[in-house]
Amino acid sequence: MSTSGLKAPMKRRALIGASALTAMALALAPVSAGAQDGERDSIRIGYAVPLTGPNATGAGITTIPNYKLWVHDVNADGGIELSALGKTLPVEVIEYDDRSSTEEAVRAIERLATQDNVDFILPTWGTGPNLATGPTFDRFGYPQLAATAVTDLAGEMANRWDKSFWMLGGGYDYAVALVDLLSEQRDAGTINNKVAVISVADGFGIDLSKAALPAFEAAGFEVVYEQSYPLGTSDFAPIINEVSGLGADTFVAFSYPPGTFALTQQSVVSGFNPKVFYLGVGTAFPVYPNIAGENVEGVMGIGGVDPDSEAIKDYFERHTEVTGNPPDSWASAVTYASLQMLQQAIERVGDVDRDAVAKELSTGTFDTILGEVKLVDNQLRSLWTVGQWQDGQFVGLAHTEREGARDPIIPKPEFKPAE
Amino acid sequence: MLLSALLTGLVLGGTYALIAMGLTLQYGVARIMNLAYGDFMIAAAFGAFVLFTSLGINPLLGMIAVIPAGFALSYAIYGVMLQPLARRAKHSGRLEVDSILATFGLLFVIQGVALVIFGANFVSYSYLAIPINILGTTLAANRVLALVLALALGAGLYYALTHTRWGTAIRAVAVSPQAAPLVGIDVDRVSRFAFALGGALAASGGVVVSMYLTFSATAGVVFTMKALVVVIMGGVGNLLGALAAGLILGIVETLVATYIDTGLTLAATYLIFLAILVFRPSGLFGRRPS
Repeated sequence: MSTSGLKAPMKRRALIGASALTAMALALAPVSAGAQDGERDSIRIGYAVPLTGPNATGAGITTIPNYKLWVHDVNADGGIELSALGKTLPVEVIEYDDRSSTEEAVRAIERLATQDNVDFILPTWGTGPNLATGPTFDRFGYPQLAATAVTDLAGEMANRWDKSFWMLGGGYDYAVALVDLLSEQRDAGTINNKVAVISVADGFGIDLSKAALPAFEAAGFEVVYEQSYPLGTSDFAPIINEVSGLGADTFVAFSYPPGTFALTQQSVVSGFNPKVFYLGVGTAFPVYPNIAGENVEGVMGIGGVDPDSEAIKDYFERHTEVTGNPPDSWASAVTYASLQMLQQAIERVGDVDRDAVAKELSTGTFDTILGEVKLVDNQLRSLWTVGQWQDGQFVGLAHTEREGARDPIIPKPEFKPAE
Repeated sequence: MLLSALLTGLVLGGTYALIAMGLTLQYGVARIMNLAYGDFMIAAAFGAFVLFTSLGINPLLGMIAVIPAGFALSYAIYGVMLQPLARRAKHSGRLEVDSILATFGLLFVIQGVALVIFGANFVSYSYLAIPINILGTTLAANRVLALVLALALGAGLYYALTHTRWGTAIRAVAVSPQAAPLVGIDVDRVSRFAFALGGALAASGGVVVSMYLTFSATAGVVFTMKALVVVIMGGVGNLLGALAAGLILGIVETLVATYIDTGLTLAATYLIFLAILVFRPSGLFGRRPS
């Protein structure tokens, strides 16, 4: 083969490469120009969420459907109004899979901030990942609306990263609310003063049991059983068999799905019928009534929604219609409300100025599906803490700022095993 | 109390054994370290779920469809994806590394397909969640079924492996893939069959487990890990070893949870695992390397 024969295709390849680069540059040009001057035609919102890996289930129930629903709602309305630019722009989404890894989430957020030049970044799912990505949000100056992080460190974090907002309270809030509710019931003579407490040996279970055990003892309860179990435990027969012989009217499990579901099934099969049956994360999931069947009535758990709120009712219907599934009855509504707050803050500022939007988020009052919301020290302190399945709804029994929506049903109806 | 704990443990061990038997065939005979094993089980679980909830076919009958499907799919996957690796590998170490990488990719393919079809939600249905009383201990019928099935499959396959011609061929390939061709055994074909048989066992495990465990598209890795521990404990490629190791694990976990601390079940599992690795590196029933 001659050398000229070699050169020709090389030249052609170089030409193709050059033209491809030019085409890319041309394609990129309007976007980067648009991001700088007034010719923008969308508000770019990015997020990295676990689409695969162990966190995909949680994110797939609580976080991602609400992001999709919100974008759908905003764009169906014509977009977000930016008065400084004199126009209303639709939301454009850039989505990444963080594969349930915080390292990947951090990298994706860096990419969204530096390569994609998005206007706002929505947070990932879960307590740990939100704490881990906090410094990155802070470094690039993006507001972080952590709607699925339960942490007693919320106040400290809000001080450290002034554009971070913590929307789901801390373990202490939930544990103390539960103990208060149970104390009232005991004082009324509905339940005895023996409680059995188990917790998953993971962030959530440790936080809640650490707060609840001293609170139970301070309230004069006798903790007759207290054990933690490893994450991933699938067989709860030994625990349930032992607890059922201890005479405790109250069974509290600071559990995590799918353990929450396995505990329910095991209790039904073993005929374990405490007067109060309280479970952790997963009780408020829409799948829970399918798993528990008719035994769902009276099961208590973390979270809850206001069953008398028209806004919540409407939200449940729209969520089901747009995403195909109903929302969960704890963090879903909070997630959607956090996005409504973001939209209202942007509209009040009238621009995508992140500093001004963050300031508005921490000082403004917002009209959301949770009602009127105003953050205290960058935290949402108006929370449903204890819920119970009543008539097919996971209703709020205790709230941090107002009376509960419903009275608890105690004792809960007896579990009936399948025939 | 002790009897009750033993029975509960035996039933839990049945699940572990059932999960592990397919992997021990795939790893021990075909020498494919199948990281997508758990996802295969999840796929079968989804199959049973769909048959049960949309067509009303009970999971036991559903097995008649799901198990052959598991066999056929594994057979196809081996032919398309793994046979080329096996042919090209000069020694079994090479094949192990290649198969780990290939099945790691397969894991994400299965998971991705399941996520697209079923979403990320938890999936659960209830079948045979009936309390039954055995010697004064209340057990869930579906979990007892897992134990019975594990024992039946374990015993049946063990008999077939030791008393039939193709069973002997499978054992020959497991013992020495280099020497097997010398006596006229087609190693390719036997490996492929063993891999598919493992897939069928995974499918049966998936169906049974779906009756009492809540699962999701991304839950497969949990089963792979558990199966791997049981397989290595029992001795790679040894069905009876997987059965015994599974039952031992179940009993130990339950005894530890009942008498010591529920928080130490995992620690106990890995303590035994470690002890076996130290004192019997080739597993309870494994052959010592010659």
